[in-house]
Amino acid sequence: MTSGGIKPHGIKRAVLAGLGGALALFGGSAMANPKPWQLNMTRGASEWSSVPYHLNNIALGVCVGIGILVFGAMFIAMFRFRKSRGAVAEKWTHNTMLEVVWTTVPVIILITLAYLATGGLTSFANTTGSQMTVKVTGYQWKWRYDYVDYKGKAIDHVGFMSKLDRLSDETRQLDSGMDPNAVQTDGENTYLLNVDKPLVVPVGTKIRFVITAGDVIHSWWVPALGWKMDAIPGIVNAAWTNIEKPGVYRGQCAELCGQDHGFMPIVVKAVPKAEFEQWLAQQEAANAPKPAAAAPATAQATTPAQGNQG
Amino acid sequence: MAHAATHDHHDHHGAPSNFFVRWCMSTNHKDIGTLYLVFALTMFFIGGSFAMVIRAELFKPGLQLVQPYFFNEMTTMHALVMIFGAVMPAFVGLGNWMIPLMIGAPDMALPRMNNLSFWIMPFAFALLLSTLFTAGGAPAGGWTMYPPLALQGGSVAQMVFAIHLMGISSIMGAINIIATILNMRAPGMDLLKMPVFVWSWLITAFLLIAVMPVLAGAVTMLLTDKYFGTSFFNAAGGGDPVLYQHIFWFFGHPEVYIMILPAFGIISEVIPTFARKPIFGYKAMVFAIASIAFLSFIVWAHHMFAVGLPLGAEVFFMYATMLIAVPTGVKVFNWVSTMWGGSMTFETPMLFAIAFVILFTIGGFSGLMLALAPADFQYHDTYFVVAHFHYVLVTGAVFAIISGTYYWLPKWTGRMYSEFWGKMHFWNSVIWVNVLFFPQHFLGLAGMPRRIPDYNVAFANFNMISSIGGFLFGASQLIFVGVVIHAVWGSKKKATDRVWEGAKGLEWTVPSPAPFHTFDVPPVINDDELAHGHVDH
Repeated sequence: MTSGGIKPHGIKRAVLAGLGGALALFGGSAMANPKPWQLNMTRGASEWSSVPYHLNNIALGVCVGIGILVFGAMFIAMFRFRKSRGAVAEKWTHNTMLEVVWTTVPVIILITLAYLATGGLTSFANTTGSQMTVKVTGYQWKWRYDYVDYKGKAIDHVGFMSKLDRLSDETRQLDSGMDPNAVQTDGENTYLLNVDKPLVVPVGTKIRFVITAGDVIHSWWVPALGWKMDAIPGIVNAAWTNIEKPGVYRGQCAELCGQDHGFMPIVVKAVPKAEFEQWLAQQEAANAPKPAAAAPATAQATTPAQGNQG
Repeated sequence: MAHAATHDHHDHHGAPSNFFVRWCMSTNHKDIGTLYLVFALTMFFIGGSFAMVIRAELFKPGLQLVQPYFFNEMTTMHALVMIFGAVMPAFVGLGNWMIPLMIGAPDMALPRMNNLSFWIMPFAFALLLSTLFTAGGAPAGGWTMYPPLALQGGSVAQMVFAIHLMGISSIMGAINIIATILNMRAPGMDLLKMPVFVWSWLITAFLLIAVMPVLAGAVTMLLTDKYFGTSFFNAAGGGDPVLYQHIFWFFGHPEVYIMILPAFGIISEVIPTFARKPIFGYKAMVFAIASIAFLSFIVWAHHMFAVGLPLGAEVFFMYATMLIAVPTGVKVFNWVSTMWGGSMTFETPMLFAIAFVILFTIGGFSGLMLALAPADFQYHDTYFVVAHFHYVLVTGAVFAIISGTYYWLPKWTGRMYSEFWGKMHFWNSVIWVNVLFFPQHFLGLAGMPRRIPDYNVAFANFNMISSIGGFLFGASQLIFVGVVIHAVWGSKKKATDRVWEGAKGLEWTVPSPAPFHTFDVPPVINDDELAHGHVDH
């Protein structure tokens, strides 16, 4: 199937290198977390996350190009055709040739952009062939993660709530007197971007997320994965990722969900497969004998392997 | 001109001297226009003060001033007040004042309804603003009022009733404008001889009539969900929260064009005047406005790319949205071509119009970027969106309103405003508004969600710059108030009838200030005196 995806290969790569690469200097690539003075989107760390990144750079390049032409013409006009320089107004108010050109050229540019974007959408919509499923549920104001299956095998008893870490939570209180700059994890400032229990996932695995919410609408967004998806009560949305590099990727709820909307971070910890399998086995072992005490009794949308969890 | 038979001598009387009779019971389009403009300016400052609270809290990381819930009240009220209280009434005020003058009509077609549609507004906003002092607090679920969140808050009833009142007012205003334009044009003022501003308002009025009832329906469903046990949007009762978003944005997207099409009209009057050259491609301009209005009805779901739409829907709404760039581009190219080969001067209205073209186009560029659905997965609900729509609505709609105000102010007051202070206002506005909104693009791209009261320290630099820009942009608007007050009461410099050398159109044939009653006798239309010249192509 022909799709205009922006997965760079062949000629497309050359075009992208030209258009996108020039602009990539802007933000620096492959940054997992926001940096001070960051100017551009992150390149991301997943198989798909380069799609929005390149599309963003190409579209920005097109806009800058058109902007230079249009604003340049305006500034020339403002300089040349000013009354104080003795300019006399001309009479023409029409030019068919010009009008045809400036209608068709933008259409061609738009068709090009639409082609690239359609491919990106098509690849994003394809959640088939995933090797792992994680159910994400949004609550006011925390996330719940349930591990549904891994490599075709159902997972029991692995699920937990993930909420803002204690240090950020204390610091963010009105008049707390605490310094947001002092909230550090591994030498990096994680104020409002850290949680008590991160979502642990393996790298190099196509992970399907099923996303829903328990009370109001939230939106699950980790910029390094390249997308956000609304978590809506009564609806289960699907999305996928395949993280290429191990690392800790941070994000936040992106849909206004009440007073603590700003305090609902997301942390995805991507680890090598072996390490993940070990972690998963530990979790299963720890939770299997007794019904998970930590999990509150909340109404869950039905997912097969999830029954005895809530 | 056979008109004398129906001539009513009452029409020669001036304005009533009794303040209450003149301003509260007015049926005169000029007085009602003034009322709308004063109301809009008041609301602009009230909505602006909410924005100052937002920018003050975001000045640095950590919560210093307000609780998060109050922050959400501020963002919600800022939006509702600016959209329904400032921008829309300002356009209605300009339309009320100028449409009859531009088409040679003595007044609006339905003058008593005109009075009613204005006087509803202060009550609607008293109701809306009073929620800040009620026990439940003001609406805090965003101006989009998405359920289920909006239903958690207090004040749902007050908010819904206030919106109903605003909607009734808007619909009546729109009916009045359509009736006036279609029925009250002077003989010889064919539809395709009307100024672009009048065209833009005619099309906007149809948009208003089409979509305000949709908003009314959506908020009524919220009301019954909250108080009458229905489950339109409640998943537990078989409803669908996304249904609300479809209904809301079917209103909401045309609504954003309601807030920009009249601006296109104003700019299309101002640029030809100061370029001393008729508008380039008059028919293309009118057709572009109509196309944009049509397209606005089929693109609503681009606000919902992240709700999990099926692939086909995402693709359709992406293509339809991108298509809007074509007529919008045509308009920008036509404005530039109008300047090209002209004989330009740079009085304050022209400065604001030029800033409009450049900055609105920047807002259009970010709009094109947002239209690309895969990229929108990153931009959506971030400060990139905030930057985008403020470029369109502040440096777009608001700059156009300010441009139009400076342009027609001498006609309204009979006195010239201070050009020096007008330019001070312009340069301060244009510099600080960019300091305010441009860094927000970077914040959004770096990953800062919108509507959050506090943020990671990585976002601190640009937020501080943005806040400084915000305070100074806000303060700059006080100059505007000073200029207007001076022009109304203080200025010694009389305005001529044709205030601007290059001004064409019927409004410049009446004295300055425009007398209480104009066009008792229908004017004779001289094609050379129309703003866009002969339309023969």
